[in-house]
Amino acid sequence: MRAQRFQDALFHQVTRFFAFSVLAILIAIIGSLIYGAWPALQEFGAGFAFSSDWNPVTDKFGGLISVYGTLSTSVIALIVAIPVSFGIAVFLTELCPPALRGPLGVAVELLAAVPSIIYGMWGLFVFAPLFADYIQPLLTATLGNLPVVGGLFQGPQNGIGILSAGLILSVMVIPFIASVMRDVFEVVPGILKESAYGLGATTWEVVWNVVLPYTRVGVIGGVMLGLGRALGETMAVTFVIGNAHRISPSLYEAGNSIASTLANEFAEAASDLHVSSLIALGLILFFVTFIVLALSKVLLMRLGRSEGEKT
Amino acid sequence: MQTPVATKRDMSFAEVRGESAGTSAPTMAPKIRIRNLDFFYGSFQGLKHIDLDIHEGMVTAFIGPSGCGKSTLLRTLNRMYDLYPGQRATGEILLNGKNVLDPGQDVNALRAKVGMVFQKPTPFPMSIYENIAFGVRLYENLSRADMDNRVEWALRKAALWDEVKGKLNQSGLSLSGGQQQRLCIARGVAVKPEVLLLDEPTSALDPISTAKVEELVHELKSEYTIAIVTHNMQQAARVSDYTAYMYLGELVEFGLTDEIFIKPKRKETEDYITGRFG
Repeated sequence: MRAQRFQDALFHQVTRFFAFSVLAILIAIIGSLIYGAWPALQEFGAGFAFSSDWNPVTDKFGGLISVYGTLSTSVIALIVAIPVSFGIAVFLTELCPPALRGPLGVAVELLAAVPSIIYGMWGLFVFAPLFADYIQPLLTATLGNLPVVGGLFQGPQNGIGILSAGLILSVMVIPFIASVMRDVFEVVPGILKESAYGLGATTWEVVWNVVLPYTRVGVIGGVMLGLGRALGETMAVTFVIGNAHRISPSLYEAGNSIASTLANEFAEAASDLHVSSLIALGLILFFVTFIVLALSKVLLMRLGRSEGEKT
Repeated sequence: MQTPVATKRDMSFAEVRGESAGTSAPTMAPKIRIRNLDFFYGSFQGLKHIDLDIHEGMVTAFIGPSGCGKSTLLRTLNRMYDLYPGQRATGEILLNGKNVLDPGQDVNALRAKVGMVFQKPTPFPMSIYENIAFGVRLYENLSRADMDNRVEWALRKAALWDEVKGKLNQSGLSLSGGQQQRLCIARGVAVKPEVLLLDEPTSALDPISTAKVEELVHELKSEYTIAIVTHNMQQAARVSDYTAYMYLGELVEFGLTDEIFIKPKRKETEDYITGRFG
């Protein structure tokens, strides 16, 4: 009896230690990022995040270009990936013949297992030339003529740049978002779907009005998982984003993301301030991810309110 | 419904069904006529040569042991089985004289006419108001005021209005089980079907909620044709006008509830009803 109680207490302590070690590691990472970034933050202040300077020769650094690259590629990735993933998940759970369900599901999961360096090489050597030859002219001829967003789709059609990086990212995050969506769609009780079908709803109406609200926490979780991957993705982006320190009005132009800047410059950073600025970029990436996570929580709370609280 | 609120909508019901309410004699043409119906789950035959009439303005109960095909029969009436590959039905189910098994039948239109309530309460993940309005919006484009009226009307029909009128914006999931089931009935009624299918509607409810739902069935039958599947024989005796006893996919006996329960013609029916079954 006493031995059992001791065992239980020990188990309690061990699990608590593991759980708190996560917290400790998190704090340690933030601490070392702040410590490393301190010289740069002291030199440039809060303006570091909003300055588009990046000149190792004159030792002037700012994070705006990289932050812009990270956010714009991630947004493009999500704009493309969310509807595609939704379509994949709906087809796999609602419409697909049972014989195809397994193979297609495995294919989606395998897509997630492809190493990012492969995506990068494929993006640079296969996707970029095809994109430049066929898709960019098409986009320029169509979306490029629109009044406000047209400028985004004009410029050099060489297949490298923000838009290409965003599209490669979308391919990389689709398997994550799609497989999470599929998993959560599958747990919707059949009887709930049947009651919507029983009212005469079409498959689309059932999915959009019943399945999606029922699974919203899981769906948003899946999107966040994808966004997290897109924000931090390094290798594939570095290959196709063009690695130029400038912000241009066109999505065809080369740019830089936080992760690609870090990958490119860490080895050859000459001055201490340069290294410190790179660490400061890492700190910003950390906070961007944190803010995204917080926003998703707020979004969930809002959705909960609009659909009526469960009191 | 003793004294329905006199709205324009109720008038239209009176026009459509007025003459049938109260005066429905068994001799008039049945609402649903099932002829030589077979049903298959893949190669397993779930229903065998069913012939059955469901009369307008009446409650028809399906009883029988688990697996006898009574739920299956109910699910053929609105072609719910269409959702599942490998399930198929042959024969005829004539609703208002038209065969609903016809491949050309628009199943969405059919399900608008034939509503269904399930074993467990299934409120949609939205507010109480939206739970009702969702189905209505599929067919009708109502103004906000008309929709408000319709929601109130449906909730009153389901005897739920007084309990939820102050919290229409709360989630349907916040209600108790019995209230949720009445919400599902209100949702079914709101689209104004002609037939209501109830698939063991009280099997997940406590006795008090069960009594409320049974009372509701009794009140709704003046305006709707109701088919109910139940495991509870007392319930069948209490709520139905006609009873069908099924066993192993076959219709063993069908007739007026009073006759089935007092002097069944078949020995098997009597054994089941008196509990000597198996």
